[in-house]
Amino acid sequence: MRFAVVSFPGSNCDDDCVRVLTEVFGQTAFKVRHDEHDLRAPDAILLPGGFSFGDYLRCGAIARFSPIMAEVQAFAARGGPVVGICNGFQILTEAGLLPGALRRNAGLSFICEDAYIGVEGRETPLTRGVQGQVLRIPIAHNEGNYFADTETLTALEAEGRVIFRYVAPDGRRTAEANPNGAANDIAGICNAAGNVVGLMPHPERCAEALLGNTDGRRLFESLLAGEAQR
Amino acid sequence: MKGRITVQLRPAILDAEGKAIARALGSLGFGEPAVRVGRVFEVDLGADFGGDAEAARARLTEMAQKLLANPVMETFTIDVSTGTGGAP
Repeated sequence: MRFAVVSFPGSNCDDDCVRVLTEVFGQTAFKVRHDEHDLRAPDAILLPGGFSFGDYLRCGAIARFSPIMAEVQAFAARGGPVVGICNGFQILTEAGLLPGALRRNAGLSFICEDAYIGVEGRETPLTRGVQGQVLRIPIAHNEGNYFADTETLTALEAEGRVIFRYVAPDGRRTAEANPNGAANDIAGICNAAGNVVGLMPHPERCAEALLGNTDGRRLFESLLAGEAQR
Repeated sequence: MKGRITVQLRPAILDAEGKAIARALGSLGFGEPAVRVGRVFEVDLGADFGGDAEAARARLTEMAQKLLANPVMETFTIDVSTGTGGAP
């Protein structure tokens, strides 16, 4: 399977994504620069974490106007799988590929810690067969406080488009389990078609035993299994 | 022609930073004011638009809608000045 990992100035998880896909899963993965116009025919696109364009203005607000984003938009419109992790999620909301916005954490602090993430909702390329599981995945962000108006939240819930939620280790929803004030404990969502997915946690940082946690592997395995079925 | 675009969180949205500042003001003896934090963009349009303030306002509005504000969570106001001196 061919993965395009988009590098913006300030992206810093692009190499991590490429490493996991190539070294752990033996796939083809390559970086595509923000100012390129050709994604080089991938089967899926990853928008990685980091601080694109210094997070100036708003996280993702400048990256979304990068030349390559027109290609990402077209790829998504054709139904291709697009996954945005952390800053990638922020870019997808700014680009209008996903609804809502990621605001500054309610506690006003950058948070870098493991979070427990309940996988639920409809089937997406990243979560197929993983629904119902609770994964321990690191988060590292200052703006992960998901916000959308009530109407949008209601629609997301009704359509099963909340696919990742901050939960307690046993899977229950508690106020303490929500690290950043995100509406409805939302850690990740998908678009109406289900092919565009955004999440704040970093599965690429927990996909190798050497790092002490392999929970992130299950999401990548879902991505690969889905392609095999197509 | 200069413009000043002020971007703020929508009134219905909790402004955690504003609340923290309000608490700090309270601890300094300023009572308990309500504080909302915003951001100001001063845009110098140079000689564009001559003295046409409405055309300048339209351009500034377009800038705010497209890039400077995120309509999901923010609103903006625009002031236009024809002066060549400092900020409007």
